[in-house]
Amino acid sequence: MSVDLSQFYEVFFEESFEGLDVMEAELLNLQPGTPDDETINTIFRSAHSIKGGSGTFGFSSVSDFTHVVETLLDQIRDGQRQLTQHQIDLFLQSVDCLRGMLDSLRASEEPDTQVSSELKKQFEAILSGEDAPTEPKGAELAEPSTPKANKKQQGWNISFKPGLDILKTGNEPIYMLLELADLGEVDVQLDVEQVPVLGDIDPEICYFQWQIALKSDCEQAAVDEVFDWVIDESDIVIDAIKAEVEDSEQEYALAEDDNASTQLETAESITDPPTEVVKPTETNKAPTKAEPKNTEASSIRVSIDKVDSLINMVGELVITQAMLTQLTDGELDSSKLARIQEGMAQLAHNTRDLQESVMRIRMLPISFVFSRFPRLVRDTSKKLGKNIELKLLGEQTELDKTVMEKISDPMVHLVRNSMDHGLESPEERVASGKSEVGLLTLNAYHQGGNVVVEIADDGKGLNTEKIRSKAIENGLIKDTDELSEQDINELIFEPGFSTADQVSDLSGRGVGMDVVRRNILALNGSIELESRPGQGSTFTIRLPLTLAILDGQLVRVGEHIYIIPLVNIIESLQVDVSKVNNVGGEYEVLRLRDEYVPIVRLYESFNHTADSNKLEDGLLVVVENDNGKVGILVDELLAQQQVVIKSLEANYMRVEGISGATILGDGTVSLIIDVAGLVKLAGINKALRSISHLNKEEVA
Amino acid sequence: MNIQELNARLAATDEEDESLEDSSQFLTFLMADEEYGVDILKVQEIRGWEQSTAIPNAPDYVKGVLNLRGTIVPVIDLRIRFGLPAIEYSPITVVIVLKLEQAGKDKIMGIVVDAVSDVHTILDSQINQSPELGDNKNSRFINGLGQAQDKMLILLNLNDVLNI
Amino acid sequence: MKKILAVDDSASMRQMVSFTLKKAGFDVTDAKDGVDALNVAKTSEFDLIISDVNMPNMDGITLISELRQLAQYKFTPMLMLTTESGLEKKSAGKAAGATGWIVKPFNPDQLLATINKVLR
Repeated sequence: MSVDLSQFYEVFFEESFEGLDVMEAELLNLQPGTPDDETINTIFRSAHSIKGGSGTFGFSSVSDFTHVVETLLDQIRDGQRQLTQHQIDLFLQSVDCLRGMLDSLRASEEPDTQVSSELKKQFEAILSGEDAPTEPKGAELAEPSTPKANKKQQGWNISFKPGLDILKTGNEPIYMLLELADLGEVDVQLDVEQVPVLGDIDPEICYFQWQIALKSDCEQAAVDEVFDWVIDESDIVIDAIKAEVEDSEQEYALAEDDNASTQLETAESITDPPTEVVKPTETNKAPTKAEPKNTEASSIRVSIDKVDSLINMVGELVITQAMLTQLTDGELDSSKLARIQEGMAQLAHNTRDLQESVMRIRMLPISFVFSRFPRLVRDTSKKLGKNIELKLLGEQTELDKTVMEKISDPMVHLVRNSMDHGLESPEERVASGKSEVGLLTLNAYHQGGNVVVEIADDGKGLNTEKIRSKAIENGLIKDTDELSEQDINELIFEPGFSTADQVSDLSGRGVGMDVVRRNILALNGSIELESRPGQGSTFTIRLPLTLAILDGQLVRVGEHIYIIPLVNIIESLQVDVSKVNNVGGEYEVLRLRDEYVPIVRLYESFNHTADSNKLEDGLLVVVENDNGKVGILVDELLAQQQVVIKSLEANYMRVEGISGATILGDGTVSLIIDVAGLVKLAGINKALRSISHLNKEEVA
Repeated sequence: MNIQELNARLAATDEEDESLEDSSQFLTFLMADEEYGVDILKVQEIRGWEQSTAIPNAPDYVKGVLNLRGTIVPVIDLRIRFGLPAIEYSPITVVIVLKLEQAGKDKIMGIVVDAVSDVHTILDSQINQSPELGDNKNSRFINGLGQAQDKMLILLNLNDVLNI
Repeated sequence: MKKILAVDDSASMRQMVSFTLKKAGFDVTDAKDGVDALNVAKTSEFDLIISDVNMPNMDGITLISELRQLAQYKFTPMLMLTTESGLEKKSAGKAAGATGWIVKPFNPDQLLATINKVLR
């Protein structure tokens, strides 16, 4: 039977990555010495599963490497070895190495075995160390190989006396006899000598014994295998039935007589090896043959109770629907009205519950992201020579899988930033009267329809003076500008703040805080910072629970209704035309309090007919974009409501300035405005840039 | 035939196996006095024209998007797409919802045509696969000419209808 | 149709075993650890149990000894899936009442061949 093993690869990769995450998390909890049984067992089990799976699915490079890891873990687990810091480090490196190998295999690439063989050597060195227990494997190898098989044997005489309790282990002697019959011709004699008198018979005991003569040219190993499982509790004797000619000379002569066939055999055995050589390469290739899975299948594991609750809700919905059908069947009279209304309310309730339940399916605990930080903090603090304790709070806080995937990188950046710039060296901390150990706290919780993630440290806080001078240096502000501390601190989110000379090995990497903020804004989220000089800083990220629903402001331009995400909107106002300037005949800017805001006439950008083309007739919706503020001119503001985001691309294509569509209460489609895209479409990016200068001059 | 009858027939075509070998069924519709046919297996449903939501800066033949039971579906005016003179939409103006390929991806789209006509079974042998159409810019959408009773049908393949 | 209960904490192994057995015409139920398996086994009756050894919550050896206590599984064949490095587990398994073992890694054909030893 052929089973295509490649269909299980993806599951294997997924569980292996999970296993590696578990290993990593547990390893980080380990202290040198004699570790706690449960911890080491959990680590062992993960390694063991990866080894078993990779062996089964033909990923020999992974199983070979995992074998040495597992062996050392096993010895530690059995108390044969003391766990050392070096070993913990080695195990952690193995986790990374295995991740890399599995990543390659998942992408249908041959894994690079350079790192693994390097690590393997280190493991082998430990395993073969003097204090190491003797390898049982070596002993096995030293054992003489199977006694020279007498090729001229014609079969086997077998005496099989099963243990009395053989049936209680689920073994069935009859099956073993049938198995022998598969090997050749059998002559079976049943020996009932042990069967007691009827009254004493215990039906659960096997009293029978057998004498079997098997005529077959099979190896003894084949016969041994039949009894492999019962050899310990049974009395089994296997003797070869020899050919009548026992003289070796005659045998030789016989062989000579058979010369022709012998030669043929030799010829065959010569051609054999190449085919055998080919086979392993084929199996090695198997993973590469699999369809390239560059776009990894996106799947989600859902707990049974979420699915059960969904089924319950659908059940209720069906009941309500049945009730309504019954009510509306036949004549409609006023007596039914009250009950129909009741039913409709019930339906609304069911629908809302169902929606919530469906959304919950996509929700995963934030621990999926948090779990990568212990390792990151451990490695980074080591590198920085700082002593940092990581505290994780609210790990069970759930958020949408897509949001989670996108928030991970910005969080890593912020954590690195805190470790690098926020937290001080132990000496510095002691000098300022703090504990030597710096505290980094990640906290997640729900607030309203948002999930809030805080990254807090008890370090020195932001160096406002340094930020100010850097910003002046980079032309972001003028040295005459009077800005509050908070305003200055927030300059770190400005594009162009992070400059090359400031890039450190850790938090720099050429990516600035502006990118972090942009990524968070792209998720319809926001980021705030709070700095307490000498006491630490806190970054607070606020994200929508899901990307599938959005709070929107409905706006109208002529006959068209659009939705602007509420998170983008700062304020809406009527334009005071006297404060509008025309810059270079290209774009209009409104002076709004102490800054200039470029105006985007929506009807113009979208090529629609508006009620009026006069600025003063419309309303200006001021929105925040990652490059600054923009005013969008519309005819009218309508309601604010939650909308379900639908794809426009699924059946059409990407549209500049539009992020998606939704269906309004009356069933019509309304498009959702993508503020960044609209700014691009309106061609006012340049305007925004020159305005940032204008603003500064003006403020000055 | 009215829309209800046609939709009922559409539902039926999915079940009935092809009784005639080497033949295909086409839904036909009218546009500027010509009768066109599309493979009935590509037709999802037929709807009366209703106002759709305009897409900013879309080509003129894209009338907008509409809500098809929760899915956002673009609507294309086939007259404008084919360079025929546009006409006022009337009560018999219909939208034929088709499953089409667009740049290799399956998409659902509506096409606005003057009116639906009928369902015809045409033998493959009655299709002229490579009609001489001269320099017709719409020729890439034309699969061939089919003969049904005494009528000539222009058989269309509207994949990539959004590409210029 | 013979009913088999396949127990493994690794989803890929579980799927591979289930798929192979189903394809070979068995009625397969799977379980992710010993506790899960014991619950399933109690409410049904299986002709064969195949279980991994090293699993969280309840390991395969404990599972087998628990199952042997139940009347309906007194004589049921039970195989353990074990790796070569777990050879010493074999005797512990036998003592708990295991019928035999299948050594990992194995391929679908080896699995079926082994099952053939206990389900004819």
